[in-house]
Amino acid sequence: MKPLTVTVLRPTRRHTLPGFSLSLGLTLLWTGLIVVLPLTALLFRPWHNGAGTMIHALYDARMHAALRVSFTCALLAVLIDLPIGLLLAWTLVRYRPPGHRVVDAMIDLPFAIPTAVTGIALATLYGPNGWIGSISSQWGLKLAFSPAGIVIALTFIGLPFIVRSIEPVLRSFPKDVEEAAFLLGASGWQRFRLILLPTLAPALLSGVGLAFARGVGEYGSVIFIAGNQPFHSEVAPLLIVMRLQEFNYDGATSIALILLVIALLCLVAVSRLRRSVSSGLVREDGA
Amino acid sequence: MNDQPSKTISILLTLLSYGAVVLLIVLPVVLILHEALRQGVHAALETLKDPEARSAIRLTVYVTALVTVINTAGGIAAAWTLTKYDFRGSRFLVSLIELPISVSPVIAGLIWLLLFGRQGWWGTWLAHHGVHIAFAVPGIVLATLFVTFPYVTRTLMPYMEQQGRATEEAAFLLGAGFWRTLIRVTLPDAGWALLSGILLTTARAMGEFGAVAVISGHIPGVTETMPLHIETLYNGYQSVAAFAMAALLVLFAMTTVLIRMFLERSFRKQHL
Repeated sequence: MKPLTVTVLRPTRRHTLPGFSLSLGLTLLWTGLIVVLPLTALLFRPWHNGAGTMIHALYDARMHAALRVSFTCALLAVLIDLPIGLLLAWTLVRYRPPGHRVVDAMIDLPFAIPTAVTGIALATLYGPNGWIGSISSQWGLKLAFSPAGIVIALTFIGLPFIVRSIEPVLRSFPKDVEEAAFLLGASGWQRFRLILLPTLAPALLSGVGLAFARGVGEYGSVIFIAGNQPFHSEVAPLLIVMRLQEFNYDGATSIALILLVIALLCLVAVSRLRRSVSSGLVREDGA
Repeated sequence: MNDQPSKTISILLTLLSYGAVVLLIVLPVVLILHEALRQGVHAALETLKDPEARSAIRLTVYVTALVTVINTAGGIAAAWTLTKYDFRGSRFLVSLIELPISVSPVIAGLIWLLLFGRQGWWGTWLAHHGVHIAFAVPGIVLATLFVTFPYVTRTLMPYMEQQGRATEEAAFLLGAGFWRTLIRVTLPDAGWALLSGILLTTARAMGEFGAVAVISGHIPGVTETMPLHIETLYNGYQSVAAFAMAALLVLFAMTTVLIRMFLERSFRKQHL
């Protein structure tokens, strides 16, 4: 730890406050033990029998299918959440209709409710005998125990991320800009598309990134409603669990590493995109 | 901008968005309560008295309390370090702290197995010396620590950033030491944000499923937390018992959400 402190984590100016090394030390110890140490194991494990395990994993068709299911469903869920989240944030911040405080609080529920609870609730609700499932099956629409079920679960999980990322920006958005546009003759749709959307875009993108990353790795809320058929409705996190149940640690770790790397690459891409979208005009609060 | 058509549009959009909330969020919650009370309140409460249910509740409370304390302490240290000092590498440290949010819960369980599992780095050696971490309570604690890692730091940091450093510097110049400044000056002022972060950590710790499922071995009565016990009950077609326990967790989740709403509102009033 010592040489690292000297070269990288060195204060850039003399601090007036005492306790820098103490508080940095505590932070590094905490982060090191709980985050860095176990993730290092994940980085090294797939190679400990040579590259064979990883190459074997990379050509596993079942894993390809599972990754495809995870990423496609997460993407679809985010695409569904986007307009709903935008609409909700807009309504709550701008119109402040009766009950907006309660509704605003309720948006946090998908985040606070345990995923397993979400899982059994959605599986029952959208199952063949459920309140929604029984109606949809009359129309020949099978929602639960199919990839559609996964999308439903991930839509539920992702919604708070979208709403919470836009809300603060929308709240701090200066009203006079819009009024000016209105006076200059811009229509409602034009004001939304040309002024509001570009302002919201960076926050929206970070919300999308978080919701997507969460969706790709989601397990608890998905497995009850998915049906879990290999090659069809099996998500990548479930395949990791399957490999572990076969005591195939190496296989499980390879999939985990691939899943994590792709998810992080997506996040990096989103933050790149975000940076290029925000032209320096936008002040971002929170998010 | 208050012309008549825009009024109609606002009502329409409000109805649309409230409809979405009812369909997406309210309906599942109502269903959980409905299923739990299907055979009456008494039957639901009776299922919670089952020895395995009680042991699951006990374990969840224990793990949640421990995890919340550790991650709150670490979170305060991290937020303080990152906002009160300038140092190179601080941005990297922030991304490292936020990393667990984007890691699948299943992976969060797996990484601890790689260290402490039977095929893990230290698992066999530790088991040889009588220390059991995987498929035991310590493993559950570790997995939950990882999953709820960033929340206190994340809620505290924006607030501490806003605070600036002037008050702390004044306290220090007046002779207060490091701990005194932190405990008597910074934390009381950041109280709302801190409490909000703690509640978030508690809620997530209580409900963690994927990570715990992987590391705990699912032993009923021993390493089953409430969410895991819900899965066992649900798969065993004990619907009322499963939803009764689910309802318990939902009520807790709703409470934390409500408290956080009040905290945030009084906080906003205080500062605007």
